Amino acid sequence: MAKLKAQLLDQEGIRRSLTRIAHEIIERNKGTDNLALVGIRRRGAPLAERLAGRIREIEGRAVPVGILDITLYRDDLTTLAHQPLVRSTDVPFPVSGRTVVLVDDVIYTGRTIRAALGALIDLGRPQVIQLAVLIDRGHRELPIRADYVGKNVPTSRKEAVSVRLQEIDGEERVVIMELD
Amino acid sequence: MKLLIKGGTVIDPVAGKINKKDILIVDGRISGSGHNLSRSGAEVLDAKGKLVVPGLIDMHVHLREPGFEAKETIFTGTRAAARGGFTSVACMPNTNPVADNAAVVSSVIKRAHETGVVRVYPIGAISRGSIGEELAEIGDMKESGAVAFSDDGMPVMSSGLMRRAMQYARMLGVTLISHCEDKNLSSGGSMHEGLVSTILGLKGIPASAEEVMVSRDIILAEDTGCRVHIAHVSTAGSVRLVRQAKSRGVGITAEVSPHHFTLTDEAVMGYGACTKVNPPLRSDRDLEAVKEGLADGTIDVIATDHAPHTVEEKDVEYDLAPFGISGLETAVGLVWTELVATGVLTPLQAITKMTLNPARVLGIPGGTLEAGADADITIIDPELSWEVDPKLFASKGRNTPFTGRLLKGLPWVTIVGGRVVMKDCKVDI
Amino acid sequence: MGLSGKDLIGLRDITAEEIKLILDTAGPMKEIIARKIKKVPTLRGRTVITVFYEASTRTRTSFELAAKYLSADTVGLAAATSSVSKGESLKDTARNIAAMGADVVVLRHPMSGAAELLARSLNVSVINAGDGAHEHPTQALLDMYTVREKKGRLDGLKVAIIGDILHSRVARSDIWGYTIMGSEVRLAGPSTLIPAGIEKLGVRVCRTVEEAIEGADVVNVLRIQMERQQQGLFPGLREYSRMFGISPERLSLAAPGALVMHPGPINRGVEMSSEVADGLQSVICEQVTNGVAVRMALLYLLIGGSEQK
Ligand SMILES: [Zn+2]
Repeated sequence: MAKLKAQLLDQEGIRRSLTRIAHEIIERNKGTDNLALVGIRRRGAPLAERLAGRIREIEGRAVPVGILDITLYRDDLTTLAHQPLVRSTDVPFPVSGRTVVLVDDVIYTGRTIRAALGALIDLGRPQVIQLAVLIDRGHRELPIRADYVGKNVPTSRKEAVSVRLQEIDGEERVVIMELD
Repeated sequence: MKLLIKGGTVIDPVAGKINKKDILIVDGRISGSGHNLSRSGAEVLDAKGKLVVPGLIDMHVHLREPGFEAKETIFTGTRAAARGGFTSVACMPNTNPVADNAAVVSSVIKRAHETGVVRVYPIGAISRGSIGEELAEIGDMKESGAVAFSDDGMPVMSSGLMRRAMQYARMLGVTLISHCEDKNLSSGGSMHEGLVSTILGLKGIPASAEEVMVSRDIILAEDTGCRVHIAHVSTAGSVRLVRQAKSRGVGITAEVSPHHFTLTDEAVMGYGACTKVNPPLRSDRDLEAVKEGLADGTIDVIATDHAPHTVEEKDVEYDLAPFGISGLETAVGLVWTELVATGVLTPLQAITKMTLNPARVLGIPGGTLEAGADADITIIDPELSWEVDPKLFASKGRNTPFTGRLLKGLPWVTIVGGRVVMKDCKVDI
Repeated sequence: MGLSGKDLIGLRDITAEEIKLILDTAGPMKEIIARKIKKVPTLRGRTVITVFYEASTRTRTSFELAAKYLSADTVGLAAATSSVSKGESLKDTARNIAAMGADVVVLRHPMSGAAELLARSLNVSVINAGDGAHEHPTQALLDMYTVREKKGRLDGLKVAIIGDILHSRVARSDIWGYTIMGSEVRLAGPSTLIPAGIEKLGVRVCRTVEEAIEGADVVNVLRIQMERQQQGLFPGLREYSRMFGISPERLSLAAPGALVMHPGPINRGVEMSSEVADGLQSVICEQVTNGVAVRMALLYLLIGGSEQK
């Protein structure tokens, strides 16, 4: 098992980061017209829901939210020790012509986002795709960057960043772990 | 030329006795038996701890020659027999051409003299071409040396023809061997009809396909007074019918093959075509009934139904594979492991069913160790454990469902007419 | 989590967990089929060979679409239907496939055991698309997927399978699958077409079609092959239809909202009336769509992951 090294964000920290990102999304897109949020399974999904809630509180308007499962788009399937489960993609609105904000918990190599871009574009042709992440831990392997970042954290490759969310993990914090 | 078999346990089915003694062979004949026989000038075989029995007789063998030499020849088949401890085999007529006339019968005998290492007794066909329409020249074939008659593999479907064949055979005093299978019930089937055939989706051959014909042939045997031998009995119903018939005094005998007292249709799981045999491997209940039949004497003979095929012929979809098991070289091991070690048969009963009884059914010499008899003798090591490996078979047919099986009991020496033709699994020494 | 074997030969040796995994994976696959762009890159560079010794455009197309939607390349091997009688052909096929380096072989063959024989002689995955009267596992999986989608469960459902059980590989796979998943299976058909000992598989053999349908949640009707009548296995189509055909009256004996299923193609007016085939309870068309989804799921589960098992 990996050893806990440090806590990056507590419950309050996560809340504040999401609130700030919600404001930035509204700011950058000059409102919520044509806006949609799509969370990447698994932890991007509850984060997208929360961001939509925050935006509704601020703007008083609902933003559609979808969930993207990127398993079938991964480029590392043949190298994984265990075959990942395929889960459903649920984007219950047309993405064509919209501004879609992809939401994930951590950005690292960028490969997940590349897969998500492929998956999203197969659903239609968005006008703009932006990216919101709670943590950017660096070490990009692809020319991809996030538009909205909760917290930038310099890490080593021997570390793992674990975002723990109430909806999935039953607790609320972000920690950094040392891998054996 | 003298040979002394020393210190073995001698099983004599004629006398019905088992005792430790020596046997002396002089010039191809048994000259006598007893204790401390003079060994002067004799080659000595030390048979201590081994069983010395009359040469085993397999009355149901397919030697495939002429016509199917890729599957087996008289050369290879008789060597397989020698390895299996058999000194005599009776070969079925379903060759190409079919042994339905004196010329083919004579040529088999001639080939056996030229190339064989054990005695070969041809069985002639009942009908011309074994197609079940007209009687073959049974009288001529008998003259030429055929010892019994059968359309084995091609059941005589016509009751009229079978009745006439029995009437005719009775006149000649020969035995008819019936492969009991009603084609109307079995056709297209490739295994026993039951839960396993249902699971595998293979067309079944019901037990009744055999039993209907066993009943018919018992009735016709009773009607005509012909001696009828039921080949490869495989079902509980057949055993019961034969038992009832015998108790009425009908002149019938019956045989069973080792695979039918060893394996059930469960063995077909996985579609290994080496389990495809006719009649098919049956149910548990049938297997138990066959063993009871052996134990109570209903079944007189153990015969292999040795049916060799090439690897290519068997390595196909189950439905396409030919029927048959290469059985000569596993028979003694299976009899000892499955019947003797388990107490189903005593050693004397087992040996009687492999020597004296088939000799009587066919009316051929053998089954005895009396002085003056041809020195056909088999020496069995009843304690030796061995693993079946078809690559070591002398038979061209490697089609055995027993690959890898551990058996206890193996022929050590086979002696035909005083000559050692097999020793330590090696033939032609 | 994954399938335990390299092949899918039948449902007899599969676990409830594995069936559940396949059905769970088929859900997201069905969503892909509903898209305008029905393609995901998952199996790019992989090759699926379909080898059909028996004509079945429907099943073959379903497998080919499944492979293409996952971006695999597909090749149909022309297996001379007429030359099956000479056994070498399957062996030769195996050798050819090994030489060509496919990732999956989908085999349809008129003889029971052919898929197992092929799987044993190949290192790559073999999917049985129907072998003789043995099994047709993907059909049973799509049946179960369809039922679970409509009924929300399989456990405790009553499933009636009607018709020629003896020659039906679909029936066998359905029996294994449904019983593994906890459904209660009843069978009805002419007694000459009920195979020996089938009740030992934990199914109920009913004497009448009414007995089988009564209270059933699913009525799965099998195709009756005309040649069976020629073989004398039942007296005639008129009598068959009268005794075993599914009419609206018979269907009304089933549980409310019971599903009507058929592996196709239907002999209308024989196995079931057109009213039933096209009625509100019929899910026959959805079975076809679900077939593609289930086959996509299987392809992903067999070759979408890491190294060969
Ligand atoms: Zn026979």
